[in-house]
Amino acid sequence: MHAIEFKNVSFRYEEEQPYVLRNVSFQVEAGEWLAIIGHNGSGKSTIAKLMNGLLFPTEGEIIINGIPLNEENIWEIRRQVGMVFQNPDNQFVGTTVRDDVAFGLENRGVPRAEMMDRITSSLEQVRMQDYLLHEPYRLSGGQKQRVAIAGVLAISPSVIILDEATAMLDPLGRKEILDTVHRVQAAQQLGLITITHDLNEVMQAHRVLVMNDGEIWTTTVPRELVKRQTELQQIGLDVPFVTQLAHALVRQGINLAEQPIDHEELLDALWTLHSNK
Amino acid sequence: MDITFKQVDYTYQANSPFEHKALKDLTFHLPGGSFTAIVGHTGSGKSTLLQHLNGLVRPTSGSVQIGEHTLEPKKKPKQAKELRKQVGIVFQYPEHQLFEETVEKDIAFGPRNFGVAENEISRRVKESAEAVGLDLSLLSRSPFELSGGQMRRVAIAGVLAVRPRVLVLDEPTAGLDPRGQREIMDMFYRLHKEQQLTTILVTHSMEDALTYADHMLVLDKGEKYMEGTPVDVFQDRQALQQVQLDVPEIFQFLQKTSERFGKQLAYEGENFDRLAEQLADLAGDKK
Repeated sequence: MHAIEFKNVSFRYEEEQPYVLRNVSFQVEAGEWLAIIGHNGSGKSTIAKLMNGLLFPTEGEIIINGIPLNEENIWEIRRQVGMVFQNPDNQFVGTTVRDDVAFGLENRGVPRAEMMDRITSSLEQVRMQDYLLHEPYRLSGGQKQRVAIAGVLAISPSVIILDEATAMLDPLGRKEILDTVHRVQAAQQLGLITITHDLNEVMQAHRVLVMNDGEIWTTTVPRELVKRQTELQQIGLDVPFVTQLAHALVRQGINLAEQPIDHEELLDALWTLHSNK
Repeated sequence: MDITFKQVDYTYQANSPFEHKALKDLTFHLPGGSFTAIVGHTGSGKSTLLQHLNGLVRPTSGSVQIGEHTLEPKKKPKQAKELRKQVGIVFQYPEHQLFEETVEKDIAFGPRNFGVAENEISRRVKESAEAVGLDLSLLSRSPFELSGGQMRRVAIAGVLAVRPRVLVLDEPTAGLDPRGQREIMDMFYRLHKEQQLTTILVTHSMEDALTYADHMLVLDKGEKYMEGTPVDVFQDRQALQQVQLDVPEIFQFLQKTSERFGKQLAYEGENFDRLAEQLADLAGDKK
């Protein structure tokens, strides 16, 4: 059983209109981190909206933990699929951090005692337990997104989707969120899907799915993906700093045994060359 | 147009329990035609500084000089309208401010508001649309039928149509994909050069500061924390990290390389081939 499975999913807003998603199939397992990238308008966010029933497929099927998603079980599915969106200011309803995390639980009729436990433990997981009575709008962008993530964790989902959740944050806030999510995901064996433009974020994922004009362009591991620099640029995407540098080294006649995915791997490879001289 | 801040303080809700000093003793000078990047953590005072640039707020003490316009406490600036004509601000997510029925009307809104003659307006609409790379066939379309990237271009064209001498950009690439980001920033840089604008870019991206700016201002808690060319500012990573900022990735990499190989590598521009050459020399060194 997959945490999420898309089976030949196509979508268009209305008949006669062009498809924004064509024949998309993929799976995400429990404990797996899948990054979805693609240029603006490639269909990434449509996938996110389909995953928790904000939209329904025109054709094909979406199966969440063995349950085919439909309009009857939408609320059960939304308990399992937690989403965090781009703008931290658009997702607060409570006047304190505590009330805000409580909102999702109240909606689902969780008893008060259990609610208190869940609020405390989910805020601890994102390391915001000291801000229980703070007003959300006074927090930094990174802190706001951590509270939003706590709100999602409180309903104990099996899958978390971050839809460009780090796009409006500064580099530090971005790191804060990714570290938090990655830690929680590994600890609880959640399925994690991050929809992003941030290449360094993509490099940390287990697998990456590239969308182009509504179709899957490829599904692969980050290390393999960045070998295709020229093709990626043709579809409006970039490759990380370390990949561009590795390609420049090849032009200098330095061939690295393996495509490096971060600074440390590249430096290790150079160090090996240096030591073998 | 030269911009000079002299000992500017700005206090929100002065003499109340909510008093908050957003700018403290801020002094700097930006020569006409310069391209300045302003960086700082959330709450550092960037937005308040920006609001001074076209007189949306006036300093609590000190003075702001923008070309011939002076902003001082308690003195309503003369010709505030003239100042706003000369300072164009592209706010974050400017496409959210589009409202007209057609792209043409939206671009024309600014100049029409400033009383520009009708035949001149239509000339400027075309000129601005071309400057931002919008196909003229889109002018009769509703801006809401366009893609996000195109909508942003429409909003920017509206600012340009007023023909400002100073262009203030507040996170202009937020939410765009990498190609869109580069296209928009390259466009601003071209306009900056062609129209000899004084450009001020508020950004989280140290990479953009390095690529486009010739001057950089780092704010922290309303005060000037560092100032200089981007390359100079990026020499001191520790200082930036103390205010929750960092250097561009290439500087991070150079630092790690220097540590690993015990030999200082200098920054020689954003050029991967040059950097690869430096690394090849380093790896080829006999022990």
